[in-house]
This record gives sequence, C-alpha cells and structure tokens, in this order.
Amino acid sequence: MLNPISLAFKKAKEDKRPALLTYTVAGDSSKKQSLEILKAISNYADILEVGVPHNTPVADGGQIQTSSYRAIKNGIKMNDIFKIVSDFKKSKNSKPVIFMGYYNMIFQYGENNFLKKCKKSGVNGLIVVDLPWPENKIFSKKCKKNSINFIQLLSPTTSNKRLKSITKDSHDMIYYISMLSTTGGKLKVSPKKILSNYNKIKKISPKKNCVIGFGITEKTISNFKNTDGLVVGSQICKEITRSLSNRQNPVINVSKMVSKLRKKIS
Amino acid sequence: MKLKKGIPVIDQGDRLGFWGGKFGGNFVPETLKKPIEDLEIQFNKLKNDKYFIRERDKYFKNWIGTPTRFIKLNNLTKHVGGAQIWSKVVSDANGGAHKIYNATVHCLLAKRSGKKVIIGDTGAGYAGKMLSMAAKKFGLKCKIFMGAKDINRQQPNVKAMKKNGADVIPVYSGSQTLVDAVSECMRFWVANCDTTAMCVGSTVGPAIFVRICGWSTSQISRELKVQLINEFGEVPKKLKLYNCVGGGSSSFGFWNEFMDYDKKQVEFIGVEAGGPTKSKRHAAPLTYGSKIGILHGAAQYVNQDSDGQIEETESISAGLDYPGISPLHCFLKDTKRARYTAASDEEALKAYQIVTKYENLRPSLEPSHAFSVALKESKKFSKDTIVIINSCGDAYKDRGILEQKLGKKYVKSN
Repeated sequence: MLNPISLAFKKAKEDKRPALLTYTVAGDSSKKQSLEILKAISNYADILEVGVPHNTPVADGGQIQTSSYRAIKNGIKMNDIFKIVSDFKKSKNSKPVIFMGYYNMIFQYGENNFLKKCKKSGVNGLIVVDLPWPENKIFSKKCKKNSINFIQLLSPTTSNKRLKSITKDSHDMIYYISMLSTTGGKLKVSPKKILSNYNKIKKISPKKNCVIGFGITEKTISNFKNTDGLVVGSQICKEITRSLSNRQNPVINVSKMVSKLRKKIS
Repeated sequence: MKLKKGIPVIDQGDRLGFWGGKFGGNFVPETLKKPIEDLEIQFNKLKNDKYFIRERDKYFKNWIGTPTRFIKLNNLTKHVGGAQIWSKVVSDANGGAHKIYNATVHCLLAKRSGKKVIIGDTGAGYAGKMLSMAAKKFGLKCKIFMGAKDINRQQPNVKAMKKNGADVIPVYSGSQTLVDAVSECMRFWVANCDTTAMCVGSTVGPAIFVRICGWSTSQISRELKVQLINEFGEVPKKLKLYNCVGGGSSSFGFWNEFMDYDKKQVEFIGVEAGGPTKSKRHAAPLTYGSKIGILHGAAQYVNQDSDGQIEETESISAGLDYPGISPLHCFLKDTKRARYTAASDEEALKAYQIVTKYENLRPSLEPSHAFSVALKESKKFSKDTIVIINSCGDAYKDRGILEQKLGKKYVKSN
C-alpha cells in the first residue's frame, strides 16, 4: 500500500498536474485560526506543510518569520501543534501533513518521543531545515521505521556527488530548493534553469517525487506545470499578514488564493 | 569526554565537527553545505601553509600591532593584597579589541577565494568595526548586521563602521540583539553564498567558523607565553587566567597555548554575564546550567524554553548578551579544563570603577566582568600567584552607558 504522501502525488499525476503543497505556520495567527486555514485549503491543496515556528530561523525570509513570531507570541507550544494536526486529521477532507521546522524543537522533545507523537497525531512527513545529509542519516532511518517520510532537501549548491548520495538515502519525496535564497525571495533564476536542475534530479532518481519550492507564487507557478509538485509558502503567509492588517478574514482570503493556485496548474 | 594533549583544540572535533561527540557540528540548511565545505578545504590547507602564516603574521605585526602589552597592575595588587595582578592589554590592538584577529583572517581567506563582499554580525559593535576595518584594508565590500537595540547602545562603534564604508544593516526581529544579528547574517549568506564570504564574529556558528576564530584569536596566548617567559623565566607555577565569556572568542584565544598545562599550574576562569542582579534572563548558559540545544548551526549549552525556543538574555554588555556559548567552551567545561562563573551588571560596573580608580586602564564592560571575579578571588591567593586578566576591549564604546550609570566623571578622561 502506498503511504499517504505518495498516494497524493499519484492522484495529482492521474489529473495530469503537479501536486500542490502549501505551507502555513502552526498557530498563525491563533491555534483555532490556523486549524481553520488548514481545513479550508485542504479543499484545493494535495499536501499540507505545517510550519513548526522557531524563533531563530536561519533559512526563513521576512514573511515566514512574521508568521512564526506571531504564532510564538500568541503562545503556541509543541503540544498545541500536535493537537492542531490531530484535529485536522479528524476533519472530513483532510490531506497528508508534513511538518517543516528546525532540529532544536525535535531535539528538545526527544527524537523518539517526537516521532511517536507524530505518528499518533497523523503527521506523515518531516522536513528539518537545519539537519542536512549526512547528519540526518540516523534520524531519517528512525523516521522510516515509524512510517514517517523524511524529506531530504537539495539546492543549487548541492554537488553531483552529494546529489547521488542524498537521493539514494531519501524516502519517497525530495524537495528541491529552486535558488540561493531564504524562503520568500523573489525568483531570481529563470524557470528554464530551475527545470533543468529539476530534470537532472529526476534523471538520477526517477521514481522519487520531487517538489520545487522557494519563489513559487501565483505569478510564477504556471511555469512549472510539468513537475511532480510545487510548494507555495511565503505568499500564503504574506496573505495572512495582509488580511490581518486589513481586518479581513485570513481563512477566506487564503482559501481563495490556494484555489487560484490550484487552477493555475490544473 | 577527554581533552587530548598535543593536538590543537580546534582540531579535536570529529568527522562531523563535534567536540566531545556532542558540541558543535553543522546544523545548516543544505544550501550552505557547499560554501562551508569549500571554506573547510581552504582553511585546512592554509593553516599549515607557511606562506599564508607569514602573510598573517605580517598583518598581525604591522597592521594590528603585536604584541599587545602585558603589564603589572601594581596599585591594584597593593589594594587587593593577595595575588600579583597583571593584565594582557589586548585592547591595544588596532581598533581596540581582539575581534581584529578573526576579522583579518577572514578577509585574507575571502581575498584568496576571490570573493568581493564580506558580511558579518556584531553585538557590541567590535566584531563589526574590525571587520569593516579589515575589509577596507583588503579592498572588500562589507555589510554588518546588528540588532537595533545594540545600534542604539553602541553608537561609537556604529559610527566607526560607517566611516570605514560598511553598510550597517539594523535587525529588528526578536530581541534585536546579537542573536538576531547572527541569524540575519546567516540568512543573507544563504541567499548570497556564491558571491559573498561570511565572517562569524565569535567562536560560534558552524564548526568551521568556530575553528577559524579560535585559530585567529590564539595570537593572544602565543604572545602571552613569550611575555611570561621574558618576565618570569618560565610559565609561572601558579597562574590564573581570567577572561569574560560571551561567544567565547577572546577567552579561547587567551587560553589556547596553555591548554596542555596541568590546571593546577595554569587555571582558566571564564566569567559569563549574569545580567542585572534581579533579572532571570542571564546570558550565562555555563554557569546556570542551561541544557544543550542547537543555535546558529551548532550544538551548545543555550538558554531556551522546554520547547526549544531560544530565550532572550539581558546584560549591560552587548558583547556578552548572547544566549549560547562556543562549543569549545562547552567542551572545556565538560572536560573540566576551565572553570566558569558569572558576574552581574552591578558587579561589572563596580569593577570598572575600581580598575579605573587605581590604574591607567579602561576595560570595556565585557572584561570588567572578568576583573570583578579576578579581584574578588585574588584576595585569597598567595603572593606568588600570578593572576592575569585579559582586558580585551576598551571602554570608549561604552561611554554612553557609563555616563548614564556612573555619571560624567568616570568617562571624562576618555
């Protein structure tokens, strides 16, 4: 049987489109609201990345930092985040969930406890921004044992030799960082160049689902229709910030945005 | 966990960059793996290259000005009435603090690798000031990331950076101090690592930065060892080396050459910032038993909550106001080679007053922490004990704070 993440990719492929992955920060702007956002966007997205906010995020740009600080300020704790996921998983239209965060949060929870709790609340995958290969070897094996997808990251600076080793050690899904940037940067590389790197990865590892993230927005997303999956994060976080400052409902606005994103790749 | 003899501490990390199997490492985004690896290859080669060493020594001697003075503080010795109190006046170095060594080495490395821009973080502003000086010297463009709170309280250094042509980029996130400046600097590097070199301002960050910084500041103890032998004919039988510890670059450099001596002969005392007496947010992770966590790419003792969020700190000295601590010091603590304690804001200010009253020396608020503990402990030591305090920074940058806390008379002669 396919795991839920691979199944989501398979379904999108049957529709002849890339899978749409969204990223929102758990607890942004409140526990309740972030759960509502997840429920609303899961009508259009295939896989939901849930950001675990950390207060020294070395790879995140302004928009995601703003969301993270807002969530932390509103008192979000690790156990609340697990609760948000398990509540979401009980809803009727739930989708696979991937946690994205920094290793210290896992380290403090204890790797084994963390994975146990992930399994229990229904987390399907993990992206740990600051736990690169080969440092992640042991932990990614532990994830596999617990049927949790550990998602390896690749970037334009990853050498060919590294690329081969990393994809070999990866599970069903890999994440290609489109350019040298923190999250939320403007796309500063041509889509053609990004796709050529993407194809290089697919050639080495054709069976793995490879998603592209960083710089993917409403404006750029349609350039990447022939891929396995695309991640939109900062633009959604920015929309939450914008809605809040205009005193509008972020749930409705974000949901509209994700629906549009989905149309652009369908 | 064991400290090895005969191998520099900076080279005692394992294959993944961990000291003692658990401190340090490389907790970095994938994008930084390549530039870090490039820097590792470059540094490992050059640190044994005699031409590179000669080049370094040339700039250290002619530009930074080595050696810095090693002086006896006769009046303080008399006043305290115990050990002989000496100081290594590292603030003699060009720019007024030890940060110049690391900045110079990073600029030399950047130049060799063909990078045109160098970026760096700063707390007290010394690391930034020195990097801007070195960048100017070596013809590199320079960007300095600095917390908005620190920009306010360390104006003299901000002015110096700008005068040297550096862009000073204020960081408004989080506590707006050093911790956020380092994060922002790393983020900038993630986005620009193909054209830009990064200098981390202390013995913190991914393992290679810890090593380069420790290698650079070790100049302090290399000089001191020669000066001790000139003065006493040998390394004294009872020697105590006091140094403040924030990130840990000056203390590591002050101790490195004496690492292999028995601690009964050469004792290392690191003084962390205890913050205001009534506060809890002490920037003293070693003294107050913080748990191991990951901050800025390295595993270390760090102030954090039970979830792993990094906690804000509070200290009168911007240079020590950091929730983490170098993996090297975690290693020295757990191997029991060094002893760590803390001084409060008030104690540091009092020590500053005593030192400036008795001696023609104006240590900045950072080394004033070390003076505080050294003066207290010296009372109990025998007369043949040699106490040395690293006066690693000059109080000029603190004049605003000193004026506010102590009144104008304490700063008028600066």
